[in-house]
Amino acid sequence: MSTEFVDNDRKPVGYGRMLRKEDPRFVRGKGRFIDDVQLPGMLHLALLRAPIAHGRILGVDTTAAEAHPKVKLVVTGAMLAERGLAWMPTMSGDVQAVLATDKVRFQGQEVAFVVAEDRYAARDALELIDVEYEQLPAVANVRTALDPAAPVIRDDLAGKTDNHCFDWETGDRAATEAAFADADVVVSQDMVYPRVHPAPLETCGAVADYDAVDGGLTLWCTTQAPHAHRTLYALVSGLPEHMIRVISPDIGGGFGNKVPIYPGYVCAIVASLLTGEPVKWTEDRSENLTSTAFARDYIMHGELAATRDGRILAIRTRVLADHGAFNGVAAPTNYPAGFFGVFTGSYDIRAAYCAMTAVYTNKAPGGVAYSCSFRITEAVYLIERLVDCLAFELELDPVELRLANLLRPEQFPYTTRTGWVYDSGNYEATLREALRIADYDGLRREQRDKRARGELMGIGVSFFTEAVGAGPRRDMDIMGLGMADGAELRVHPTGKAVLRVSCQTQGQGHETTFAQIVAEEIGIPPADIKVVHGDTDQTPFGLGTYGSRSTSVSGAAAAMVARKVRDKARLIASAMLEISVADLVWDKGSFAVVGDPTSCVTIQDIAMHAHGTGELPDGVEGSLEAQVHYNPENLTYPNGAYICVVDVDPDTAVVTVRRFVAVDDCGTRINPMIIEGQVHRGLTDGVGMALMEMIAFDDDGNCLSGSLMDYLLPSALEVPDWQTGFTVTPSPHHPIGAKGVGESATVGSPPAVVNAVMDALKPYGLRHADMPLTPSRLWEAMRGNPQPPV
Amino acid sequence: MQLTMTVNGEEVTAEIEGRLLLVHFLRDHLALTGTHWGCDTSNCGACAVWLDGEPVKSCTVLTAMAAGHEVRTVEGLEQFGELDAIQRGFMECHGLQCGFCTPGMLMTARALLDLNPSPSEQEIREAISGQICRCTGYATIVRSVQWAAAEEAGARTSIIDAGTP
Repeated sequence: MSTEFVDNDRKPVGYGRMLRKEDPRFVRGKGRFIDDVQLPGMLHLALLRAPIAHGRILGVDTTAAEAHPKVKLVVTGAMLAERGLAWMPTMSGDVQAVLATDKVRFQGQEVAFVVAEDRYAARDALELIDVEYEQLPAVANVRTALDPAAPVIRDDLAGKTDNHCFDWETGDRAATEAAFADADVVVSQDMVYPRVHPAPLETCGAVADYDAVDGGLTLWCTTQAPHAHRTLYALVSGLPEHMIRVISPDIGGGFGNKVPIYPGYVCAIVASLLTGEPVKWTEDRSENLTSTAFARDYIMHGELAATRDGRILAIRTRVLADHGAFNGVAAPTNYPAGFFGVFTGSYDIRAAYCAMTAVYTNKAPGGVAYSCSFRITEAVYLIERLVDCLAFELELDPVELRLANLLRPEQFPYTTRTGWVYDSGNYEATLREALRIADYDGLRREQRDKRARGELMGIGVSFFTEAVGAGPRRDMDIMGLGMADGAELRVHPTGKAVLRVSCQTQGQGHETTFAQIVAEEIGIPPADIKVVHGDTDQTPFGLGTYGSRSTSVSGAAAAMVARKVRDKARLIASAMLEISVADLVWDKGSFAVVGDPTSCVTIQDIAMHAHGTGELPDGVEGSLEAQVHYNPENLTYPNGAYICVVDVDPDTAVVTVRRFVAVDDCGTRINPMIIEGQVHRGLTDGVGMALMEMIAFDDDGNCLSGSLMDYLLPSALEVPDWQTGFTVTPSPHHPIGAKGVGESATVGSPPAVVNAVMDALKPYGLRHADMPLTPSRLWEAMRGNPQPPV
Repeated sequence: MQLTMTVNGEEVTAEIEGRLLLVHFLRDHLALTGTHWGCDTSNCGACAVWLDGEPVKSCTVLTAMAAGHEVRTVEGLEQFGELDAIQRGFMECHGLQCGFCTPGMLMTARALLDLNPSPSEQEIREAISGQICRCTGYATIVRSVQWAAAEEAGARTSIIDAGTP
């Protein structure tokens, strides 16, 4: 499958660089985000949140708030409990309080809400609610959460006497122990992937509009998964599903933060039901950072077994996972640790084992977010840091060590020791391309010269393999909903088309990319194809956009539905040209008679014929449209090689990321401009996580990172001009060979940055320091005292 | 309180609460929803608008402070049906993805080019360092501003060539 098109000019319909169809509205300020939705008579909802991390609610007095002249409604947990709505299921089989009834379990938890005439009045009235708490000791330290003396957070669960959430294991323990026993060398390293937050620039929100006359609920909502949300609202609320319409308008960034159902959405629905008016809820930045889906928070102990000459034999790891107060992980049911099972990385490893324990703490729920591809961020960080630790111990170049252990092209499809079937890859070629762009040997020479002058320059390498496109419905579901996606394509009589898809763009450019996929298949120019998404009444069912599954699942559906339309078009063309189907040849949007290119009909001619009065072949109905539901047979496995170059100031420990080279293999490339943009974003995430970002807590469970003054995100001054490259190894089972790329760089870049900083600090004898490598933390590490952040 | 200001060239008079933030006045009272509300603390810059030609973060400006002054928002960039070069630059160079930071970025970048028609990469990065973008990684935004600068330089050259003063 040849897939490389440098520019769309070479191929006027289909794949290639093409400016985005979304942009004209955004550059005019005409996007329609959740807070832009204004309805007649709309009321505003504000949430009262817990000021403490753990405490029993002794009483809630709403009298003064109710007396506020602009307040229409005040609702407490007790009032929701009367309606059976105080608790809701999470996406991991746990329950979460919509409004607290018995206890608050994290700082920022929802306790009550006010509905008022304007957003300022709603906030004012929150101040008038008096909640009496009996403060309880908080479990803020994940390492002591399972101590027998630790207070039990989840006493709402029958018989619960500790803070244990779940255990999980994968791999072959006995085989791994045997491999370790035989190894020449074993390196072990404790490492923390701290709690971070996706912090999309647009916070979460909803506008609920319940029509008491027809019993219909319309919910505008910041959701990455509108169809899944609709079904869950129906199951929880008892509202009939056909009367619920979820509209996900323009989304100001998601990154997994907008996958879960939050109490605020449910409260907005309840408020509209009770008041009979549309109700808007928009959270502020502090609410977003302190209460919505965090990411990571894994404490890992990793070990590699190897031969003395650098052949990696086995990997094992123990993980302590902080899941917060409720298990709110949004991952497929059979995968409580997400896809962490790919922690064997990109290497030919003979044995692997992981044992994980997840615990409850008095912190916000979440865990799977921030472009993590269901925890592959943590898995790739573990193996890529361990490989560098091994290189450190064996005094080998980290590139040479990787080249000696990378999977070889002839090994694909490759089944890992933990059961994942990698579809395709050419890892060595990908790594060598990155080395070429970076001039790796030249960088090492420069480093030698600088070290001789006492300057601290570091070169960090990482290689990652992702598993994206969840997933085969035989074993992947979210709360029982199989992870397959629909697509519907209608070609109108004049040959213009409308594609309807279930996934939801948050900036990835689906309106452009998906039009290009259809254009490639049926030859209608992308400009003539409208992509409809984000409205459950207007699109077929599917599970949404996260885990880099849009192109890999919905994109496949778009290609398949276009092929179905083309198949029908072929039958109609044979009638129009009065020739058998076998004698037709397809080329760039038209069917021609074999050997007679002048006898042809275009897809536009066929569309008009299909809707007109002309004769159709036997058994073929009029119109030109189709629908499919695509169930992937396997995940796709994008991969890449990243090289980061840093300078560390020896006097201040400030890290400057000077260069970054990213070579990605995401299979078939649909729009290189959009792919590059996706990669740039993830690289910026990686610099942020490696150097700046962490959601921190004090011993009482107070969140110390509740604003963008405390939770630092990279600006244009902290990141370099990215250098990108690519290789193309199509997925063999995906209809167009595409693999998904939205999260690759977020997964692959943090270890490259940390590896670079550790490489710079080799003169200090330092092998590992944990993220975030802020100047103060790195300063301590350089003085021989590296400390874990939790 | 009652106040009057000029917004995108048109005089606006309104009765407001004294504590009303400019971002909410623009969005909720004037329905100019291109200006976004992202952080409350002046860190993200999604709310950047011009006050008398200077970019300000409207989430930390009281509406009352704008009384008698001239406000310009992203909706005012397009003139007579023609997009500004900075708007075209962002489309040409993929300077946006989700579009949420874009209005603030455009206003800040436009102000930069008005002061400095040919900024260096570092000058562009410094100018937008008070704006957070979570999607682009900034490189394409830098290119977008450079595109607009080059476009305007070209336009000026051609005007001069045509003998226009």
